[in-house]
Amino acid sequence: MILIPCPWCGSRDAGEFAYGGEPTPRPDPRTATREQWRGYLYLRNNVAGWTTERWYHRMGCRRYLTVQRNTVTNEVRQP
Amino acid sequence: MKRQTRRLDRQPGEVIDRGSPLEFGWNGRSYPAYAGDTIASALAACGERVFSRSFKYHRPRGLLTASYTDPGCIVQVGDEPNVRGAHRLAEPGMDVRSQDTWPSLVFDVKAANELVGRFLPAGFYYKTFIRPRPLWPTYERVLRRFSHGGVVSPDPLSPELSSYDKRQVHPDVLVAGGGPAGMTSAVAAARAGARVMLVEEEHSLGGHLRWGDKADLAALHDLRSLLAASGVEVLTNSVVFGRYDHNHVAIVQRGLTHVYERLVKARAKTLVVAPGLIERPYVFAGNDVPGVMLSTAVRRLINLYAVKPGDRAVVLTANPQGDAAVVDLERAGVEVAHVVDARGGDDLVRVLGRGGVKGVELVGGHRIECDLVVTAVGWTAPLTLLTMAGTVAAYDSRAARYFPGTATLPDDALPAGGVVGDGTLDELVAHADAVGREAARRAGSMSRREPAAEIPALPVDAHPELFHGPTHGIVDFSEDVSSRDLLTAVEEGYSSAELAKRYTTATMGPTQGKLESVNVVAIIAEATGRTISQTGTTTWRPPYAPVTLGALAGRHREPVRYSPMHPWHERHGAAPLVAGAWIRPDHYGDPAGEVLAVRKRVGIIDVTPIGKLDLRGPDVPKLLNLLYVNRWSKLEVGRVRYGVMCAEDGVVLDDGVTGRLGDQHYLMSTTSSGAASVWEWVESWLQTEHPGWQVHVTPVTTSYASINVAGPRSRELLGRVVAEIDLTPQAFPYMHVRTGRVAGVDGCVLWRIGFTGELSFELHVPASYGLHVWETLLDSGNDLGVRAFGIEAQRILRLEKGHLIVGQDTDGLTQAFSAGLDGLIRLDKGDFVGRSELVWQAEAAAESRLVGLHPNDASVVPEEGSQLIEAGVICGRVTSSRWSPTLHRSICLAQVATEFAEPGTLVTVRLPDGRSVPATVTEHLASVDPEGARLRG
Repeated sequence: MILIPCPWCGSRDAGEFAYGGEPTPRPDPRTATREQWRGYLYLRNNVAGWTTERWYHRMGCRRYLTVQRNTVTNEVRQP
Repeated sequence: MKRQTRRLDRQPGEVIDRGSPLEFGWNGRSYPAYAGDTIASALAACGERVFSRSFKYHRPRGLLTASYTDPGCIVQVGDEPNVRGAHRLAEPGMDVRSQDTWPSLVFDVKAANELVGRFLPAGFYYKTFIRPRPLWPTYERVLRRFSHGGVVSPDPLSPELSSYDKRQVHPDVLVAGGGPAGMTSAVAAARAGARVMLVEEEHSLGGHLRWGDKADLAALHDLRSLLAASGVEVLTNSVVFGRYDHNHVAIVQRGLTHVYERLVKARAKTLVVAPGLIERPYVFAGNDVPGVMLSTAVRRLINLYAVKPGDRAVVLTANPQGDAAVVDLERAGVEVAHVVDARGGDDLVRVLGRGGVKGVELVGGHRIECDLVVTAVGWTAPLTLLTMAGTVAAYDSRAARYFPGTATLPDDALPAGGVVGDGTLDELVAHADAVGREAARRAGSMSRREPAAEIPALPVDAHPELFHGPTHGIVDFSEDVSSRDLLTAVEEGYSSAELAKRYTTATMGPTQGKLESVNVVAIIAEATGRTISQTGTTTWRPPYAPVTLGALAGRHREPVRYSPMHPWHERHGAAPLVAGAWIRPDHYGDPAGEVLAVRKRVGIIDVTPIGKLDLRGPDVPKLLNLLYVNRWSKLEVGRVRYGVMCAEDGVVLDDGVTGRLGDQHYLMSTTSSGAASVWEWVESWLQTEHPGWQVHVTPVTTSYASINVAGPRSRELLGRVVAEIDLTPQAFPYMHVRTGRVAGVDGCVLWRIGFTGELSFELHVPASYGLHVWETLLDSGNDLGVRAFGIEAQRILRLEKGHLIVGQDTDGLTQAFSAGLDGLIRLDKGDFVGRSELVWQAEAAAESRLVGLHPNDASVVPEEGSQLIEAGVICGRVTSSRWSPTLHRSICLAQVATEFAEPGTLVTVRLPDGRSVPATVTEHLASVDPEGARLRG
């Protein structure tokens, strides 16, 4: 169980959070093609290395936050 | 009763309390012991030497290490199987038995396995039982009888065996290992200001000092005094069994009263790993015969338990600890017949005897009679926790053991003691002291300006690489794997350590490689002509020590939610329904009668679990327009509207009504199961996509008790308890909201909606008055025939009305047009969540539709989930079905392929029992009052 640095509550056990995954920018719905939209829905980079992730402090302050995590070493840092 | 014929006079370091004698049972006979004795030490004191039979060949086994990891002394204690007999303390009345021996430990029929030993080679199961394939189940049944291990009682366990616990701790410094290095590190860290926890596997602290000489015992006494004054929290009979990311350290704590085991989850700032060294067995013929022991085993028996381990001994020694064992043996009155000094090239060829040692054969064929063989050939470093932390272990052939590579070690883990190097006690203590201070500094317990502690280097003593003798012997004592089996594995191509391990199961038994790992690697290395470094090790994974599933699960704690009206439901015989965390009344004994009461008179239902979000701020309409598929910008104060939410893939997520209570004040309701997830959904859109919007969200699900009053006489009933609110149809029409006083309670919200299809009012009253309002409604409506109804009646009522339930009539793939929501979706209102996909669904036309369905045989109620089949192809499924007490027939909702969705279409329902029945698609989803005259009344 890793620690997630919550900017409001400090370092907390990941069990307090819900994992939100890689944030993907929402395409402009007026112009987005189906391919772009489904890329937004389903495609993630899933890199081995540093990623940016969204976490939700469900058992804490109820804030969404963004952290950087190295998926190989589980090092975590604030962006 | 047996007598303690082998008990020695008082020893200076003994841990037994001769003032507290006790008795316990071993295979049905009574044995004496002292408090502090382990099961094995007590039995050994009475002259017992055989404690178990080996895994494959059922060879008799005795003590090898006389510690927790002893593979020869795993026993059954009462209902509890697989107890480590050389670790578990003897207790008065304990019923200890040998495991998996039949008919007895002394005469074991399965020992015949050994006679066919050459037919049980490495990979025996793979080779023998794999063909013919269809016979495997038969093989499996027979093999099961030969499985090793104790007996689990089918009866409920005693509370002591079935209670488990968890604890969370946040020490600055956690020290794994309570020998001199661990104790010193703990004291040093505590003195530097750190909060320290020290964890030791054995029952007392001190490691090897406990069975050492006078100077060792004096040093131990001093260390214990220092520790006692340091404020360190000490857990004995506890093991750190895993180190996970960010120093999440798992500890299993044993030997507690009232709780069988406790899982301690520590989040340590710094972890000090000081496990000491484990003595390595020597591989040669007969090395598992009872009476062959490691030097540490005899020193433990003599010094800790005052047990004379034999009468006449031969000692194989390659190190000072082996020499010290000779001294201990002689002091205990054991005749040391011969010392084989391996440092001079001497060796042991084989042990003579089967049920116990009768002698040894030396190089050159010389035989010596003896009943005890002691080996001291070297040490294994238990680097498990360090490798879990990232260390890559490096083999040093000069010292004949592995050392932790420090380059790959994270900052928050530090090794200390024997795993780092050798040296005098003073050198080890000086090293551990520096490690302890550095651990505290890294934990932030000292000023940041404090320089890093200078950790002195520890010397590494030369040690011969002694792994096996000139004959073949047992390598893995728990799995009965011999050096010959390993050679067979290599010959057959399994030449990597990982493959040979899996093929022979070496290191896969209860000792998990702690004793035998290096021997396995050394033998494979030799057989393949490689060095030990080239061969590599097997991977160390958690758990380092056994931990029960009960401890991992912890105490059973499942939060349960009850509405304020729950006491009334209980008093009135409600059948409980588990709905998520809520316990709800499913019915009060007669769901059909409850349905008819609502259709004909008036009923009330407790709908407290409905999700409720209080929304305030000028931008609430923007939020509602974004999240719901329908239009919200023109909702006036005093109105409520039904809305459906979709996810970005157009799939229906949730539904509910939202009312506008004030200019900038709304109350949103969600499904009961969606109460938590919709709140997160709302927050995610506000926080991540539209942080500039001024909306404040407060969850008020449990702040209000919610009651739905439904039925043609609901207005009349409510009129008797409501003041100051005009309930007439003109003043309070359908889909409107009012706030006011109900049954004397202020601050209630009433909205006129109709999930049941009847005229109905939903009341949200401050939770603490829920029971009062509920009972007032029932008391006031006696003459109207008011009746409480449960979830089952509500499900029937809504099905008669054709109202869908999200998650039942839709699933994770149902886009909004397939849920029959065409009339609701406003693709022209601008952007909303899921709109893009719904535009494309509208263009392509939905593949399936939600329809009403009536089986032609009105008495058949197809089970929910029944398939619809046309021309041999599945074309849909029944999503909801019930017997309708109102219509006296079965009614359904179904998802069907669009081509079969036209009213009047005949489809075939395949029932779970295999029968097929015809059913007809109805014109409306609703079977009762499709025009909605009742709920608008």
